[in-house]
Amino acid sequence: MPEGLLMSITVFVLAMFVGFEVITKVPPTLHTPLMSGANAISGIAIIGALLVTGRGNQYIDLIVGVVAVVFATINVVGGFLVTDRMLHMFKKKTTEK
Amino acid sequence: MNTIIELSYILAAALFILGLKYMSSPASARKGNLMAAVAMFIAIVVTLLDRQIISYTWIIVGIILGSIIGATSARMVKMTAMPQMVGIFNGFGGGASALVAIAEFFKLSQNSNLPMDSSITIILGVIIGGVTFTGSFIAFGKLEGFISGSPVTFPLQNVVSALILIVMLVLSVYIIGWEANWLFFYIIIGLSLLYGVLFVIPIGGADMPVVISLLNSFSGLAACAAGFVVKNDILIIAGSLVGAAGLILTQIMCKAMNRSLANVLFSAFGTGDMAAGGTTAAGDKSVHSIDNEEAAMVMGYAQSAIIVPGYGMAAAQAQHAVRELTELLQGRGVDVKFAIHPVAGRMPGHMNVLLAEANVPYNLLYDMDDINPEFAHTDVVLVIGANDVINPAARNDTTSPIYGMPILDVDKARNVIIVKRSLNPGFAGIDNELFYNPKTLMYFGSAKEKIQELVSEVKKL
Repeated sequence: MPEGLLMSITVFVLAMFVGFEVITKVPPTLHTPLMSGANAISGIAIIGALLVTGRGNQYIDLIVGVVAVVFATINVVGGFLVTDRMLHMFKKKTTEK
Repeated sequence: MNTIIELSYILAAALFILGLKYMSSPASARKGNLMAAVAMFIAIVVTLLDRQIISYTWIIVGIILGSIIGATSARMVKMTAMPQMVGIFNGFGGGASALVAIAEFFKLSQNSNLPMDSSITIILGVIIGGVTFTGSFIAFGKLEGFISGSPVTFPLQNVVSALILIVMLVLSVYIIGWEANWLFFYIIIGLSLLYGVLFVIPIGGADMPVVISLLNSFSGLAACAAGFVVKNDILIIAGSLVGAAGLILTQIMCKAMNRSLANVLFSAFGTGDMAAGGTTAAGDKSVHSIDNEEAAMVMGYAQSAIIVPGYGMAAAQAQHAVRELTELLQGRGVDVKFAIHPVAGRMPGHMNVLLAEANVPYNLLYDMDDINPEFAHTDVVLVIGANDVINPAARNDTTSPIYGMPILDVDKARNVIIVKRSLNPGFAGIDNELFYNPKTLMYFGSAKEKIQELVSEVKKL
């Protein structure tokens, strides 16, 4: 097995454990914002999309890449904004009451 | 330069983890989200500085277009439509990951010799991403009402799905083991998109919390696969965090319904044909229905009240009226609490978001385990558009399809007022014996109108 792949699998397994550890503690009240925040993070695929589009050596890269950039950006920008909107509503009450 | 890029990626990874950690408390959650957004920004900026990137024009066009679409929809969406919004964003994330894998396939397969580790991860990325993409769109359609919310089934559905999986597997093995055949690759793309549709379409509306959580997890795993494909650890780290988050939520939702994930996904629950066991002839039983004035008397003169919101409240957008009622009752000295069942609504935490939007303080909201002991000494419970989660059959009737599902012990309170359009059974398609309980008062009508009328009646007391 190539060494790089082995490294990546290590990173994958450890990150999964970190994810489980960090997230089990989230209270039910915040499940929706957590989900939409996590959802925005999954837009990290944008990095892959940028690399594909930017290497610009092929027509096909460009077409597939740009669509991927648009999709991922919708996910990232929309996801973080909508999460912020929701969390803003939660915050309001702590200051008012 | 490469060191700086690598270090920045590590910084971004740390910020993603911290951001998620901060999300675990309402007070710091907003900061957590901001940290995650900053992490994303850092990752994007350093990637753009990478020397591998030689042309920027189309990237900028793509980012601007995506930002406009994303930002407008995030601003316009109503809080009640949040489940479908999250669903569709998920789909775009999954789609992006699949496209990255596809582009990499075209690049690598040109010199005909595709290394095995690349071909495995590319195919995983395409399949997971493709299923997430179409699956999320179907979920969106169901939640938005374009597609029937009830399970859509056809003969041999499970057989067809299994066949698709087998064909995908065979073609994948061929591509991985023998040659990078473009036609086979196209077929795999097509089948994974088709599978996403078939995967979500037989699942009913009230099971959507599970599906949305699972698709959320998939979108993370798809990003992970894309990370393996482009050999970039930040994608793997962020993707697995999301994968883990989605899996945990999926697990919580299944547990709250006392059903296995397989049962949710493959049984087309709620079609009605499985209801036979729990149904008793309702004909000879009578219900006690009340009018606005009576309802106002019961609520207004109670000392303690618990409100149980369900999907009906979301569908009728009654949350603002509910907040008004809450304040009115509190003004009269009634101790008001909210009981939130984990699967109330169409996504995890759906009720909490709606009540937060209506400015109901979140310290009035109680989880099932915390509130259940309190029903026994509560004067009145007001149930708004919830049904299966309060059905005592889950506790008493071993033949009922929902037997064993944890429920809110509403029937233990002194009085129960149920706001409901009709006596029709809920999503699970089973009758609710609570409706015929002598202490239950049925308050028929649409949730929003009834609560508004209740508010004006309580004002007159």
